[in-house]
Amino acid sequence: MSLSPQKRHYIQVLVENRFGVLSRVAGLFSARGYNIESLSVGAGQDPSVAQMTIVTVGDDHVVEQITKQLNKLVDTIKVVDLSTTPFVSRETILVKVNTTTRPEDRQEAFRIAEIFRASIVDSSPSTYTLMATGEEEKIEAMIALLRPLGIKELVRSGTIAIAREEVRISSRGSRHENEITA
Amino acid sequence: MVKMTGAEMLLECFKKERVSQIFGYPGGVVLPIFDALYKDPSLSVVLTRHEQGAVHAAEGYARSTGEVGVVLVTSGPGATNTVTGLADANMDSIPLVVVTGQVPTKMIGNDAFQEADIVGISRSCTKHNYLVRDISELPRIMKEAFYIARSGRPGPVLVDVPKDVIVDRAEFRYPETLALRGYNPTVHGNRWQIRKAAGLIAKAKKPVLYVGGGVISSDSHAELAELVSLTKIPVTLTLMGLGAYPGNDPLFMGMLGMHGTYTANMAVHHSDLLIAVGVRFDDRVTGKISEFSPHSKVIHIDIDPTSIRKNFRVDVPVVGDARLILSDLLEDVRKIQEEEGLADLADWHEQIAHWKEEHPLTYRHDTEIIKPQFVIEKAFDLTGGDCIVSTDVGQHQMWTAQYFKFLRPRTWLTSGGLGTMGYGFPAAIGAQRAFPKARVIAVTGEGSFMMNIQEMATVASMEIPVKIVVLNNKYLGMVRQWQEFFYGGRYSSSFVGQSPDFVKLAEAFGVAGFRATRTGEVEDVLLKGLSTKGPVLMEFMVDPEENVFPMVPAGGSNIEMIFEAPPASSGKASRPSRKEKDSVITA
Repeated sequence: MSLSPQKRHYIQVLVENRFGVLSRVAGLFSARGYNIESLSVGAGQDPSVAQMTIVTVGDDHVVEQITKQLNKLVDTIKVVDLSTTPFVSRETILVKVNTTTRPEDRQEAFRIAEIFRASIVDSSPSTYTLMATGEEEKIEAMIALLRPLGIKELVRSGTIAIAREEVRISSRGSRHENEITA
Repeated sequence: MVKMTGAEMLLECFKKERVSQIFGYPGGVVLPIFDALYKDPSLSVVLTRHEQGAVHAAEGYARSTGEVGVVLVTSGPGATNTVTGLADANMDSIPLVVVTGQVPTKMIGNDAFQEADIVGISRSCTKHNYLVRDISELPRIMKEAFYIARSGRPGPVLVDVPKDVIVDRAEFRYPETLALRGYNPTVHGNRWQIRKAAGLIAKAKKPVLYVGGGVISSDSHAELAELVSLTKIPVTLTLMGLGAYPGNDPLFMGMLGMHGTYTANMAVHHSDLLIAVGVRFDDRVTGKISEFSPHSKVIHIDIDPTSIRKNFRVDVPVVGDARLILSDLLEDVRKIQEEEGLADLADWHEQIAHWKEEHPLTYRHDTEIIKPQFVIEKAFDLTGGDCIVSTDVGQHQMWTAQYFKFLRPRTWLTSGGLGTMGYGFPAAIGAQRAFPKARVIAVTGEGSFMMNIQEMATVASMEIPVKIVVLNNKYLGMVRQWQEFFYGGRYSSSFVGQSPDFVKLAEAFGVAGFRATRTGEVEDVLLKGLSTKGPVLMEFMVDPEENVFPMVPAGGSNIEMIFEAPPASSGKASRPSRKEKDSVITA
């Protein structure tokens, strides 16, 4: 098969919200040697359905096989590779940082939180816990800035993603765009 | 409405699905089901002597009839012993429903006696599996299990039933309809793609039909035969496809791949149009994939979308049921033929005839030492192909595939994908139960036979008249062949000369036994064995160092076939002589 470049794909999978389905999906990836970069699951609007977002890396051929194999699972209702259409992706992190390593660190942490629109969800005399939501790049940038303070603990939700509605040119559309880049 | 136990419900579900034959083995938690079976003579049970045997027997039953094979075993070891059979059926697309007992729901996860997480264990080797958590789910799950097993690309479905569900009572209502929103296999091929395929077929100058087990699963051999008679396109079959097209037809080129014929491999290599039907481009078929059929356009017809473009490129993919697609295709090709005519294949046929002449399937006959190929040829001559043949895995399997001319579909039972030694004999038992009057022959080797030899007790006690042909070459022959060619003749752990006396062993089990040690005795033993009533074992002491040819060395291109041991393998001279070696090993 011809080689195409490795690309990150965001795959939305709608599955029956049943016992054992997660392990079927995870098992499929491990048995066939596919990557999972992140996976997040939750009940959908209809409680009998669970919604998964899987982030994987592979060339076109591999990703075609992944989507076909996912579809083949009896419990899979729908598979959408979002990477073929415009979509929005977000990840939430909780990060606990030291604020006493250097004298200015408590303010520094506060400033970083402001820049990335993170909120401080917990604080102790020597730490802050920040929560931030955004695209991968933003999250990575914030983590990089927090690192010199000393990260005590970091928890990531995994990415969730959703397709965009058809883009309409209007004033509302531009505001929408602003929100996204934030 | 009268309430039923889970055990009784299971049997009712079987009857709703037209099951009449169960293969199984009892044990603790499934005792209530076996008790219900005892009281209900409409369902017949074959007690195998190992759960693996039960699954292979159900596979043989399913492959020979086209129905779903049914297995019933207990929890824990009973369930884990089915795993090889499940994996085998999963690879070869054999429809099975395997019911396993489970410890009571409340004890699951507590490491109870004979507990195994069989749903977890079998997840990757079944098409789908279920744990029944409440008796109210049982009828729905059984209906889904049978539907999933037999529809789309068939496969094994496991249903794990805890003890408390087996003994619980509820009203039985078998659902009329299915509600599987995530499972809806495509059956009708895309008409536009089919028209495109017909256009390519009409114009191709060197077309080849590459046909596999999917044509047997979908019962589309008649449509295939019609397509061939209309277009005169030569046919090659995969190991799983043998019988889909008559093995004695002039347009049949033999099997392709690692031990395929010279003609089939050359034709595929030089073809300008490969029409792949019900196949999955397995590595044993393609050899080095980058050099497989390099000049062809490819039409790929398969019911499993994941088969398409998994291993090989495709120009015209058609997903759906092969029977429906082939009949649509026939219609389109016929229309083109009437309007514009089809390409002339005379040159192509001439080329194929030339290849057939250049390297026909052949072996050196010996008037003293029995050649295994000779036994297979004789078995075909004596039966006229009017029988069901199963094999185990190894050299004898390849010789049977090459030298027995399968004339009809569902008369050939073999383990293709997984390559399971021990498959053949129990599979023959399953086929014999489905067709009590048919002649069923299990061809095996002394290595494979030992892997499920306990089933001799099954055939003896139930008088299942399977005829066993053991080709005894004292080696794990295929392993030995590779060691001779590629491992300097170092026969590491491949000598099994210390096999039991199979004839005596057969007699001990209550099976008639005959043996041939010289070529002159082959026909007599076959005649005697095949005409003796009841189960029979025939042992043929064959040439220990006979090899399977042609052979494409692993990783090689299919046109790099060898017809004799490669020169590199003349490690023969440096290795200890046979006599010394045998004494070393037996010492």
